[in-house]
Amino acid sequence: MAASPAKNTSAPEAGTRVLTGDHFMLGDHACAEGAIAAGLDFFGGYPITPSTEIAERVARRLPALGGKFVQMEDELGSIAAIIGASAAGARSFTATSGPGFSLMMENIGLAAMMELPCVIADVQRASPSTGLPTMVGQSDILQARWGSHGDYGIIAYCPASPQECFDLTVRAFNDADRYRVPVFILMDEIVGHMTERVRIPEPEDLHLIGRKGPRHAPDAEPFLSFAPDEDMIPPIAHAGEGYRVHMTGLTHDERGYPAMTAEVHNSLVNRLVDKIRLNADDIAMYEEVDTEDADTIVVAFGCTARSARHAVAQARDEGLKCGLLRPITVWPFPETRIREIIEVGNVKRFIVPEVNLGQLRREIERLTHLPVKRLNHAGGAMPSPDEILELIRT
Amino acid sequence: MNSAATNYQVRFGGVGGQGIVLVARLLGIAASLFDGKEAVCTQSYGPEARGGAAKADVVISDDAVDYPFVTEADALAVLFQDAYTKFRPQMRPGGTLIVDADLVRLSDEETNAIVIPAIKIAEGLGSKIVANIVMLGCLVGSTGIVSRESVEEAIRSTVKEHVLDLDLKALDAGIKFAQGEAAA
Repeated sequence: MAASPAKNTSAPEAGTRVLTGDHFMLGDHACAEGAIAAGLDFFGGYPITPSTEIAERVARRLPALGGKFVQMEDELGSIAAIIGASAAGARSFTATSGPGFSLMMENIGLAAMMELPCVIADVQRASPSTGLPTMVGQSDILQARWGSHGDYGIIAYCPASPQECFDLTVRAFNDADRYRVPVFILMDEIVGHMTERVRIPEPEDLHLIGRKGPRHAPDAEPFLSFAPDEDMIPPIAHAGEGYRVHMTGLTHDERGYPAMTAEVHNSLVNRLVDKIRLNADDIAMYEEVDTEDADTIVVAFGCTARSARHAVAQARDEGLKCGLLRPITVWPFPETRIREIIEVGNVKRFIVPEVNLGQLRREIERLTHLPVKRLNHAGGAMPSPDEILELIRT
Repeated sequence: MNSAATNYQVRFGGVGGQGIVLVARLLGIAASLFDGKEAVCTQSYGPEARGGAAKADVVISDDAVDYPFVTEADALAVLFQDAYTKFRPQMRPGGTLIVDADLVRLSDEETNAIVIPAIKIAEGLGSKIVANIVMLGCLVGSTGIVSRESVEEAIRSTVKEHVLDLDLKALDAGIKFAQGEAAA
């Protein structure tokens, strides 16, 4: 069955960006390898459990590939550094967990406002505050969507396996470049610290895109660094490429200069939201198992989806009409598909297990008047297959 | 889907520094990269890893493994008294129990445990640091959950050159001990 040559990860070859082959790899390491395979140029970060293995892996691998690894003084510095690196054209990345994610919120808004692509892995642990550093949480998902002040669009992936830690991190870099937004990899401690087979494809099968650059030479005409194309995304010129570029967190016009009017602000912020909102169906990813005839649908993401998948399979063995819908992007939430399922009319109720006190459940409740059963753990452990099965049976 | 029929759960218990995580990883590599199976490896991660009972779990299946944790161990290999006390209740009745002869004192009710002098065997081979590999060999030899060749490949692709021979000898000693037990 192993089509590609089996390898191992204990001594990755220096100078090889894409470790094509089969590995038995930690989720955190797979995320780091995804970033490196996607062309990572710059990592600025501050180690924090349970994300530290991402930084360790990047620190060991990236310098040999010509990239830069900088251990910053804290998470405020980390996010500022990767945004700056992005403005200079670097594919940039950081990794953190809840407490560090909170510290990054202000400048995540700056990245959204200046439309600088960057990727941020948040390996969620039990929260709030410092919580349980070594134990699982899934309680940062609303923070990922709404954590910085104001309205803006972002994308957030929730991998459920080390393989997805790799695959979705590659996607995240592409999305960040395509939409010029911060993209989050919302991992959790269980998936980050789980080791499983990861199949890394050939470099040409990664389908990396790049950023859309200016269509004229630097001195041909003034470059409007925030003039959107029809797709709502402005081409980007990086520092040092010869174009005059101005970037600010203040409301700005198409030249990037501060423009302190309600009209400019309304137009700019609507575009920041719409470039994700109106492309949500293209961006949103989900997995469905046995949903066609299901009267009960379990909606679960990340580690909890593994318990849910087990429970749904057991319930089917017992003859219960039940299915699983797993959001792979929590943002944008795959609501078009969920509305379709509700409209078909088979589903009579939803069950939402999650390692927080109901953050994803709110999204389902927003879409339906059908009963939404909860199964919550505040953190430190995920709902077990038996607990989910019990809810399906009752 | 990991139904009870195809899902095999292994737990290694010990104390930080004994190489518990390494042998779990080797078992996972043998199963998933060389035996064509699916495997997930998790480990306890916290203050208890220093001095307390530490554990590393491997769940092996012919199909994708969904729930990654050991719920009822089919095989339990322990190198530390506290690990025996703590993890023994989570073993499937009739499962394979392997303990080190000098580090673990079995309870009076215990029957059918494989008691292997892993530390002594390792010392006889040249270093007690390979006691973990002796235990792995014993587990592979007594359960057959992965092939001997696959574990050897896993070791070759993972450990450093200067300990490779010693590790392969330790694996062989563990397997031979298990075969001797089976014959006895």
